[in-house]
Amino acid sequence: MDDLSKTSSPKDSSLLSVSIRISILFMIICGIIYPLASTGAAQLLFPSHANGSLLKDSSGQIVGSELIGQSFEDPSLFQGRVSSIAYNAAASGSNNYGPSNPALMERTEASIKEWKANNPDVSIDRLPIDLVTNSGSGLDPHITVQAANIQIPRISKLTGLSSAVLQDLVKEHTEGRDLAIFGEERVNVLMLNTALAALHK
Amino acid sequence: MDILQLVIVIAVLILLVKPLGTYVYQVFANEPSRLDRLYGGTERLIFRMIGLKQRAGMSWKVYALSFVATNIILVVLSYIILSLQFALPLNPNAIGGMEPTLTFNTVISFMTNTNLQHYSGESSLSYLSQMAVIMMMMFTSAATGFSVAIAFIRGVTGKGKSVGNFFEDFVKANTRIFLPVSFVIMLVLVALQVPQTLDPTLTVKTLEGAVQQIAIGPVASLEAIKHLGTNGGGFFGANSAHPFENPSPLTNVIEILSMWALPAALPYTFGLFAKNKKQGWVIFSAMMCLFLVFLTVAFASEKVGNPAMNALGIDAAQGSMEGKEVRFGIAQSALFTTVTAAATTGSVNNMHDTLTPLGGMVPLAEMMLNVVFGGKGVGIINMLMYAILAVFICGLMVGRTPEFLQRKIEPREMKLIAIAILTHPIIILIPTAIAFMTDAGQGAISNAGYHGISQVLYEFTSSAANNGSGFEGLSDNTPFWNISTGLVMLLGRYVSMIVMLAVAGSLMEKQPVPETLGTFRTDNKLFTVLLIGTVLLIGALTFLPTVVLGPVAEYLTLR
Repeated sequence: MDDLSKTSSPKDSSLLSVSIRISILFMIICGIIYPLASTGAAQLLFPSHANGSLLKDSSGQIVGSELIGQSFEDPSLFQGRVSSIAYNAAASGSNNYGPSNPALMERTEASIKEWKANNPDVSIDRLPIDLVTNSGSGLDPHITVQAANIQIPRISKLTGLSSAVLQDLVKEHTEGRDLAIFGEERVNVLMLNTALAALHK
Repeated sequence: MDILQLVIVIAVLILLVKPLGTYVYQVFANEPSRLDRLYGGTERLIFRMIGLKQRAGMSWKVYALSFVATNIILVVLSYIILSLQFALPLNPNAIGGMEPTLTFNTVISFMTNTNLQHYSGESSLSYLSQMAVIMMMMFTSAATGFSVAIAFIRGVTGKGKSVGNFFEDFVKANTRIFLPVSFVIMLVLVALQVPQTLDPTLTVKTLEGAVQQIAIGPVASLEAIKHLGTNGGGFFGANSAHPFENPSPLTNVIEILSMWALPAALPYTFGLFAKNKKQGWVIFSAMMCLFLVFLTVAFASEKVGNPAMNALGIDAAQGSMEGKEVRFGIAQSALFTTVTAAATTGSVNNMHDTLTPLGGMVPLAEMMLNVVFGGKGVGIINMLMYAILAVFICGLMVGRTPEFLQRKIEPREMKLIAIAILTHPIIILIPTAIAFMTDAGQGAISNAGYHGISQVLYEFTSSAANNGSGFEGLSDNTPFWNISTGLVMLLGRYVSMIVMLAVAGSLMEKQPVPETLGTFRTDNKLFTVLLIGTVLLIGALTFLPTVVLGPVAEYLTLR
């Protein structure tokens, strides 16, 4: 810091003092006041969104967040995408397999094999790629509409619900593109399963 | 529909350039304007508190000294907070202190606007650290970069000795741009379901009766400045792929535009300073042309997908979905990737490590060129540097003294520019080579073969370009990577900024050369083409061999 005072001409003698004061002041404004004011405003205006968009089932029990995917082991429920972190939302991420990584092929081939075993009635050329790939976050709450529809034969067989009922359920839970343009059509697996569970009961 | 949604976002961006560029000009022109009435009171209070009475103009040297001094103080304060976070308040998840080399890497990373993250936010940072260090540096590093860019523009377009007062610019960048706009974006994001709370991690009972932990926190306030300031560091490890950071395609578009709009508007601001709007549009067009080429490659490559996966007999018509989110699909993912590397934000809404070889080459190449819009302030400086270089090369070819904006370009400026241009490849290629030669470097590679070369190359390119995204499979939280990338980020940020301020200072003192019929024009289509050519020529000469070894080789061998 000696250099500073030497190179500063008398006019700028307060350069170091201004630097220190501006740093501390903006640490308080940007690092404390801004996020606290944001939290206050967000909690006041959109309390449900600000607290994680929690989702309740038919009996009013909180079953998760509508934004965060869950793993579904029960084959009579719709299944989501592959998650290397098993949908543990204390963390996030994927295993970052590069396109030429042999582990990527191994994992995908295992997923396809498992799919075949659980869904003998559906040929694999109808199996959409989103069901056998790891999402970026490991927490993707969605699957494509096609990925929901091809699970209907299995779920129908296991639950006794007719295909038509299940198709309607999927249609009801299909979210369109945002503003009819942006992103993709999709189905929220947790919301779909919550509705399915209510129906099944 | 895919193409249409890309075109709409680009069209909205182009519509934003003029109003936003004009606004930025009014903020920094230091002429009386209507804005003074709105912000003047607050700013006078701030100026009084920091002891800035005269707001006297600074020479480029004092300006450089001021921003370096301020950055050093912020780094020291942040280092202390991160090291002691376990003992400080706002730590509901009881997170411990940070390891020293990781702390070093983190404070450098955020001060240099890089936001390379060798930690995962949800498990390594207390809420106080997320706020007082991460969010704070997102504002202050963006304001620093923006101020330096404005000072550079003043130097290139003005006369005399003063490039402005750093502290005044820094305050105004925050009070008139980053703070108010971030607050509005934050509210919009919360309205679209991004959380904003100080409650600790949630524990819920899932539909199947299992226990699920859900990390949460003040996400929206970070998300807003993360993009507006082209910072890119995520609240969560998965960054903008995480459904809490980026819950829908609409938030995705908002995040894309917030990181893209200011860098895209700066060429227009430059045109206003130069009193030649066409000159601004020429720079903008060069950036946009390069951008469109990159976007096309990224989109096409991801849509075609990974040939190895396509050969498995499944329905792969969606494209390469590994590492991507269903709500974004290929179009919104490819656009985000191309913009985040262009604006050197470094946030990701899909995992870049999982991109197809040519898709992954796009962000890599954009960061190597470092001029396609570019990060907060730095992009316009770099593009103008190439403009001066283009003028110089053309001047030599026709045997005239090169001029840019009526100033003669002479050996002193060219020497400085040579330093700036050479620094970038040196701090990428030499550390990459060192990493390959050492066990500490090689050990981090998680994808073998050509892709491993890309992983290492990407890490240093991202550090040097102050981008911060990564091929995240790389196990980079080790002393070797923390220290090496930390140094690369430091050099990548400050060398070019200081050198280019020196160029501006030197151009400023020259006598303007009157324009004649023989003057080589820099505000027409021909110059746009020459500028793009210069950028590609220098980029290809420097980086082509490494790009061939990494992504191109992977592309050619992937079946």
